[in-house]
Amino acid sequence: MKTDDTPPSDLPAPLGLASLVVRVAIIGGVVGMIAGAFSYCAGWLTPHALTPATMIDAFEQVNGRKSGFRRNHAKGVGVSGAFESNGAGVSLSKASVFRKGRVPVLGRFAIAGGQPYLPDAQGKVRSMALLFELPGGEEWRTGMNDIPVFTVNTPEAFYENLVASVPDPSTGKPDPRKIAQFLRENPASAQALRLIGAHPKSSGFENDAFNSLNAFRFVNAAGASVFVRWSMVPVESAKPPVDAELAAHRDYLFDGLVGAIHQHPLQWHLVVTVAQPGDPTNDATLPWPTDRRHLDVGTLTIDRVESEATSPVRDVNFDPLVLPVGIAGSDDPLLSARSAAYSVSFTRRESEHKEQSAVSVAETR
Amino acid sequence: MMAHTPGPPPRFSPLARILHWAMAAMILAALFIGVAMVASLAGYARLVAIHRPLGILILVFAVIRLVNRKLTTLPPFLKTMSPLERRAATAGERLLYTLMIVQPLVGWGMLSAGGYPIVVIGSLHLPAILPARPTLYAVLRETHTVLAFLLFATFLAHLSAVLFHTLVVRDGLIRRMASWRR
Repeated sequence: MKTDDTPPSDLPAPLGLASLVVRVAIIGGVVGMIAGAFSYCAGWLTPHALTPATMIDAFEQVNGRKSGFRRNHAKGVGVSGAFESNGAGVSLSKASVFRKGRVPVLGRFAIAGGQPYLPDAQGKVRSMALLFELPGGEEWRTGMNDIPVFTVNTPEAFYENLVASVPDPSTGKPDPRKIAQFLRENPASAQALRLIGAHPKSSGFENDAFNSLNAFRFVNAAGASVFVRWSMVPVESAKPPVDAELAAHRDYLFDGLVGAIHQHPLQWHLVVTVAQPGDPTNDATLPWPTDRRHLDVGTLTIDRVESEATSPVRDVNFDPLVLPVGIAGSDDPLLSARSAAYSVSFTRRESEHKEQSAVSVAETR
Repeated sequence: MMAHTPGPPPRFSPLARILHWAMAAMILAALFIGVAMVASLAGYARLVAIHRPLGILILVFAVIRLVNRKLTTLPPFLKTMSPLERRAATAGERLLYTLMIVQPLVGWGMLSAGGYPIVVIGSLHLPAILPARPTLYAVLRETHTVLAFLLFATFLAHLSAVLFHTLVVRDGLIRRMASWRR
């Protein structure tokens, strides 16, 4: 470090006390304003605002803190296989996944809710999350549910719905009056629940259809963009629900999935639904008209299943905005909120001790 | 006020001054966007898409700046700075240089350890610099926050010291880095 001095120079006369105080106050004011703006951006001045952290806190209030587990879709199992594209998707999106060919896929089947050990039940929402490993380090991650529309259309409504479901300490169950009040105040959610209730439920994961629910934007090589939703439609045909004796088993839905994959690979068609101008892209509670164009772009084959204890997907954040070039988010406000909240859930669970998953290594063998 | 000084006071080289002001803007933007995005549900996706390439750009600029600093002669300290103040200034600058190189690396390493694809912009991806490992991700994620606050605090100290010299000591310290006038 240099230590030689500049030539001596004349400094201005010392400041008077008043002038000194004013100048020091200006410095304090400037620094204080910058620190204040930083605090505002960080949300420290608005402690009651809804943030990704408060969203995940609400999950923990509903479910308790389950060490090492996802705060939502906690009970699950890892799978892997491949996606074989038929090339039809190239007309809609330049994403490499749609070029004719095969890409490896990691996935996870799960049951919605933050309870990792709760018994499986027919009425619960099931999910399929996928990670397509694309050339050049690109990935496409997507989390889909087996309901026709989502239950809410804004992050705020999602939060209010969660808070309304916090168990009453006296009964250990959510207060039905709070749920009813939420539905009165959120008619879009009430209507969505009617659609969900009318939607036929499949007997298990293996013959279930899973939907992106949120809208996305596909951009093709010519730069033309369309809004889409996508679904994984099962090749496996419908079966009657399992009998009561089997359904009494805690993990019967997962056992059914494991057994089916052990028998033969399971397949789904990736079907892209193309929106028409005016179709709602920012409201996941609203279905699109049934006459919209459906394009089968390829087949997913799942041929391996393993417990979260050994599967790499335990440590994958299925952030819906991890997308390849050619697929982008839409104006649906749930997408950014999911991305933000999943990140908090991921950070919390990755810093915790990992408890054993309900579907164990022995069960998937 | 420097009328008796023969010639203008020594300044940092033009490249050093450009790098300083460009990086000041980039680092402050990255810090403000960083704290805002983790507190925002609606803005998260858009802000992350800026924060990530900005961090990589800061890393590139910081390496160029460090090399430039090693290759060029720095203007001497002003006589108005006491030996203690000079030591503090030197330590502060070393801390700033360390943080502007380490902080982007921690961010990059954190995404690597979290198993994320490291998208810079469009299809431009960076390779992972660490293996995907949950505990490593958790530690680096926390470290990224702590270093951000440390970097912001160091910036505020740096700004306070320069303002003190400019407004109270009035020794023309800021002219060493000023690009706008002699």
